[in-house]
Amino acid sequence: MADFQTHEHDVIVIGAGGAGLRAAIEASAAGVSVGLICKSLLGKAHTVMAEGGMAAALAHNDERDSWKTHFADTMRGGQYLNNWRMAELHAKEAPDRARELEAWGAVFDRTKDGRINQRNFGGHRYPRLAHVGDRTGLEMIRTLQDHSVHRGMTIYMETTVTQIIKDGPNGRVIGAVGYDRPTGTLHYWKAKAIVLATGGIGKAYKITSNSWEYSGDGHAMAYNAGADLMDMEFVQFHPTGMVWPPSVRGILVTEGVRGEGGVLRNSQGKRFMFDDIPDNYKPSTADSEEEGWRYVLGDKSARRPPELLTRDHVARCINREVKAGRGSPHGGVFLDIAWIKTKLANGEEHIKKKLPSMYHQFITLAGVDITKEPMEVGPTTHYVMGGVKVDGDTQMSTVPGLFAAGEVAAGLHGANRLGGNSLSDLIVFGKRAGEYAAKFAKENGPIKTDQAAVDAALKQTLAPLDRSGGENPYQVQYALQDMMQDLVGIVRREDEMAKALDGLAQLKARAAKASASASREYNPGWHTAIDLANLLTVSEAITRSAIERKESRGAQFREDFPNKSEEFGTFNHVVRKGPDGQMQVIRQPLTPLRDDLKQVIEENKNV
Amino acid sequence: MSHAPAKASSETRKQLFRVWRGDKTAGTFKDYTATVTPGMVVLDVIHQIQAEQANDLACRWNCKAGKCGSCSAEINGKPRLMCMTRMDELPTDMPVVVEPMKAFPLIKDLVTDVSWNYDVKKKIKPFKPRKPDAPDGTWRMDQADVDRVQEFRKCIECFLCQDVCHVLRDHHKHEEFIGPRFLVYTAALEMHPLDTEDRLADLRKSQGLGYCNITKCCTKVCPEHITITDNAIIPLKERVVDEYFDPVTKLFKMFKKKT
Repeated sequence: MADFQTHEHDVIVIGAGGAGLRAAIEASAAGVSVGLICKSLLGKAHTVMAEGGMAAALAHNDERDSWKTHFADTMRGGQYLNNWRMAELHAKEAPDRARELEAWGAVFDRTKDGRINQRNFGGHRYPRLAHVGDRTGLEMIRTLQDHSVHRGMTIYMETTVTQIIKDGPNGRVIGAVGYDRPTGTLHYWKAKAIVLATGGIGKAYKITSNSWEYSGDGHAMAYNAGADLMDMEFVQFHPTGMVWPPSVRGILVTEGVRGEGGVLRNSQGKRFMFDDIPDNYKPSTADSEEEGWRYVLGDKSARRPPELLTRDHVARCINREVKAGRGSPHGGVFLDIAWIKTKLANGEEHIKKKLPSMYHQFITLAGVDITKEPMEVGPTTHYVMGGVKVDGDTQMSTVPGLFAAGEVAAGLHGANRLGGNSLSDLIVFGKRAGEYAAKFAKENGPIKTDQAAVDAALKQTLAPLDRSGGENPYQVQYALQDMMQDLVGIVRREDEMAKALDGLAQLKARAAKASASASREYNPGWHTAIDLANLLTVSEAITRSAIERKESRGAQFREDFPNKSEEFGTFNHVVRKGPDGQMQVIRQPLTPLRDDLKQVIEENKNV
Repeated sequence: MSHAPAKASSETRKQLFRVWRGDKTAGTFKDYTATVTPGMVVLDVIHQIQAEQANDLACRWNCKAGKCGSCSAEINGKPRLMCMTRMDELPTDMPVVVEPMKAFPLIKDLVTDVSWNYDVKKKIKPFKPRKPDAPDGTWRMDQADVDRVQEFRKCIECFLCQDVCHVLRDHHKHEEFIGPRFLVYTAALEMHPLDTEDRLADLRKSQGLGYCNITKCCTKVCPEHITITDNAIIPLKERVVDEYFDPVTKLFKMFKKKT
């Protein structure tokens, strides 16, 4: 059998972005031994790319804000498919988690009276996003990283976990196997509890803001371990990604641009977002450009400009403009922040101060000076609302000892996530997952090693290297990305998705034969072949769930079912591996909303 | 290098790439012909080579937008991020040479072992805030007072400044000198309005602040345009001098404190 190194921890955390780091810090604080395993170098995880900010009802910039409004905003944004307990805990605990970051050294932008400054963002009633220019994610991950290295945990960098090991089909988790990139050495981690914090699935699509790491590892490992996934049809297409030049297509343009007053125009120069405002947002949306600008300036009597409607809606409006022939030269629309110079004396300076990395990104990669000319933007695959189904309080999945937090977990965001709710999600539920994983490890005695299961998992990990003469894994991955983009993208149809299912079956057969040449040492061909299997699993989960949801809601837009259906608003889709190994999609009725929370939603309906 | 950057090309063209291939034991440059389309950056070309010609070509990358600092390499001899180096700013009449960073041990191809940096950071005394300003446990800070620290906190830990620093690159003083990255890190802590820790003794004794002779190479290569030498290192040097080598200032300070 293959050689491997064995490590032992009470809790292992897989993934070291915001959620993983926060979970590891919390578990360490509970006095258990923690191993933190990250696919890249520490501090490079996807959190680093988050730009706009972290939503927390601190009420610094508008004293009317409270957890209740934040909760209601989150539920409305998620079209009420959210796990309401998570939305409640998130809204209540985000302020404390944000303040905790400050106590650990984070340096947020300040209000005039010296407190944490908050900015406007889509779907949030009040200015709510604590931020640092447009590099909030970097601030978060660095703060957590620098804090964690003094907590005594063991960190495994550039190490990928490939499989969860359980003590029998219906048992608890007992460990995980994987490999490290530099040497290709195989590893087995014995663990009493596991926290998945592996992020998302963006690499299933061609145009995405996500990095190579986002291959749905946690989703696929949880599914293969028998855990339920939920809401997998809901993939967020961020309305504003770069569209030109081709090589940067998909790179994120922060919603912060619109929060600071950026407007969307079509090729006729029209602010098209005023044309289509959903009924449930009409009471809170400005009806003139003048009112929208007053909102940006902080006028409390003004309502939000329509550019700050939810991401699903803005993305669809952009798609509509492009399809109607009113797009920009490279197939997007125009996002203009330079226009605020007509309103602000120090406009150019203000843009550079509030959006420094956007300025830098556009001038370097596209040759566009955003203080002088508009950007070209279009939708890009950004985030998956779906993920591992978890208990709202503990973040434990349906597999004992397996926890999930952050993007890999489902529930908080329902059918559509509000911008800024991801960074707060990471620290609120990262902390909870760490706390309860430590508790589980303490309360659920010793574990044994299942040597046969470990051997089988290791063999599977090495399989692409053992095969020879098979297809190049990169080519299979590109074929998958093209197909998902074309057939299961922002606008969906039954016939196209049925075609995608056939395509997935063929791609699976190709992937099973894909081979990676050369050695185990830092061999990206091998890594790609392993990631590919995960991407195929999540792509199937997305496609099957999307076919079953015969309505349009949140991030899911069905051309053949363009309206919202009341019936489909009563359940989530759960994806589970059937006894025959086939993927099943099951309707899981929503848990009835608690009366006091019902009232909170009612109270906030018209603000 | 005397080559002026070529004019931005709007057409697809072929470009010769010369990429370092090898590991700890041996290595050599290998030539690849890449297809370059408008707007491409060096990392795009490396990915193309990886996908089409050499599946096992090792390189690090994540965000592809200059935010994570993973894809550091030396391009035509200059330490740079591959994702932020546009093809149309490089000369077309010679091969584009891509090599790993030199100040760290090679793992494979373009990937180096940067773990030393993580070990160094661990040894720097962590953030220690003063007591909260408000009864609810929070602090007050003016934007003007955090501007300076925010500049340092832009660092994406690409370690290009470490790579270019001759103290590390040529003189291999890794045991005695923490390098520009961690002087910036220390400056961010020392100048944090809430911090109460004292790191001056460490800077002077074990962290080798004195080795820096202000050649500003680090500032020049910083992709985040942090003015490393002027804003971080020189003020740290001044603080150490004030603390340890200037009796007049010391006396003056004592006098000031009393009044």
